[in-house]
Amino acid sequence: MEKLEVKRLNHHFGFTEILRDINFTLEKGEVLSVVGPSGGGKTTLMHLCAGLLDVEEGSVTNTFTSSSFAFQEARLLPWKNVIDNIALGLLASGEKSSVAIEKSRKIALQFGLEEQDFDKFSKDLSGGMKQRVSFARALVVKPSLLFLDEPFSALDIGLKKELQAILIDMISKKEISILFITHDLMEAIRLSDEILLLKADPGHIVKKFSYELSQNQRDDKYVYGESAKILQDVEIIDTFELELK
Amino acid sequence: MKFALKILKDFPAYLWSGWGAIASILLFVAFWDVGNQVYGDLVLPSPLETFQTLALMLQDEEIIAEINTTLYRASVGFGISLLIGSILGLIAGFFATASMMSRPIVTILVGMPPIAWIVLAMIWFGMGDETVIFTVIVASFPIIFVGALQGTRTLDGDLKEMADSFNLPWHMKFFDVYFPHIFSYVFPAWVSGLGMAWKIVVMAELLATSDGIGATLAVARSQLDTPTALALVVIMIGSLMFVEYIILEPIKREVELWRS
Repeated sequence: MEKLEVKRLNHHFGFTEILRDINFTLEKGEVLSVVGPSGGGKTTLMHLCAGLLDVEEGSVTNTFTSSSFAFQEARLLPWKNVIDNIALGLLASGEKSSVAIEKSRKIALQFGLEEQDFDKFSKDLSGGMKQRVSFARALVVKPSLLFLDEPFSALDIGLKKELQAILIDMISKKEISILFITHDLMEAIRLSDEILLLKADPGHIVKKFSYELSQNQRDDKYVYGESAKILQDVEIIDTFELELK
Repeated sequence: MKFALKILKDFPAYLWSGWGAIASILLFVAFWDVGNQVYGDLVLPSPLETFQTLALMLQDEEIIAEINTTLYRASVGFGISLLIGSILGLIAGFFATASMMSRPIVTILVGMPPIAWIVLAMIWFGMGDETVIFTVIVASFPIIFVGALQGTRTLDGDLKEMADSFNLPWHMKFFDVYFPHIFSYVFPAWVSGLGMAWKIVVMAELLATSDGIGATLAVARSQLDTPTALALVVIMIGSLMFVEYIILEPIKREVELWRS
């Protein structure tokens, strides 16, 4: 069984303690969100899990066969056009270039990009289009584990829903497992099976929330209802410092 | 290969876009002619006379030999600083300490007037090829070095992280992530280094040798042969413009298409 297991993870940058005693397991087909205020160590945790940072104390065991990363910003290579950017991960995994281009074109269309945009460089793309390309690049490799680092935070509401719908579709087919970082509780409730609340200074997990209802059955009413509920939670109020004035 | 073809394909369109430049050069020649009519042939020979002298000179084997000598010195000097400057610059860029330490040295190299280098080189190497080549190297080296250094210093950490997250193999990391960025800094530095080398080589020859374009220029000065002097200037500027606008600029445009 593929899984991502984090045990007793601590992390420091210099003398600053960033993360303290993080433990969780992400099973195949699950969506796990980490929510918390900005600067709370979420991104560091994600980078440790994805192997972009070296683990110093504790352990991260990742047995997923493949993974990919969608960042908060699109991070496209500015000297490559849309299709070549999407194909990057495929080429890195040794796919033949003609096949990679074909797959990239297909997924680009599916993500609402148009044929006339395929040869454009990233300087000629709008912010939303860049994020579509970045998403397509992460998903075209058919990862069994996807790391999402607040990829929706800079998007307009329509595009956000569109991209989330694609993910929800994949989640309900059990095609993908996701480790999702966000400071937006509603987003987390829409997508996750389990939410971890990460409190800052140093980052440590204070509470877990679980959601049983399958993602494709969660309508707006459910999401708003659960959001209202979670916002009453003492730990949430404390962590996000939502003092009522 | 695909890249070279694309440059060739876009070349006619590029040439066609040069009419404005040609018009401005012709306007300059017109002002030059006005200058000739005001100040007379000795001070400023007419464009026609200059180009006639030029045509005669280009048939003269001795002059061609002088041009070749200068070309040889400039290309050896520029070649050496291109190679060493690029390599050292790239290495220095990868290490914070090295780039910190090299900054003041580069400032000294840039700040030192080329004429002082020529005098020193004449003392060290005597009158000959070495003096000229040395001066060309010290003058164009810092430009190329700084370009290469900036190229590696400014590599985007976010893109590096992205490349790591997709497990890019080393050759893809180099050719798809690092190289295009570094090249976009190094290439313009090469172009300005070349311009510098071409100017300095003539100056060094004028002072330190008895052959080459610079020395011919010195002879023309002592004989008050203004048409020859101007024809030599035309050769220098013409060759630089040819290299820069016909060879390098089309490459540069293609390389920097992605830049905003």
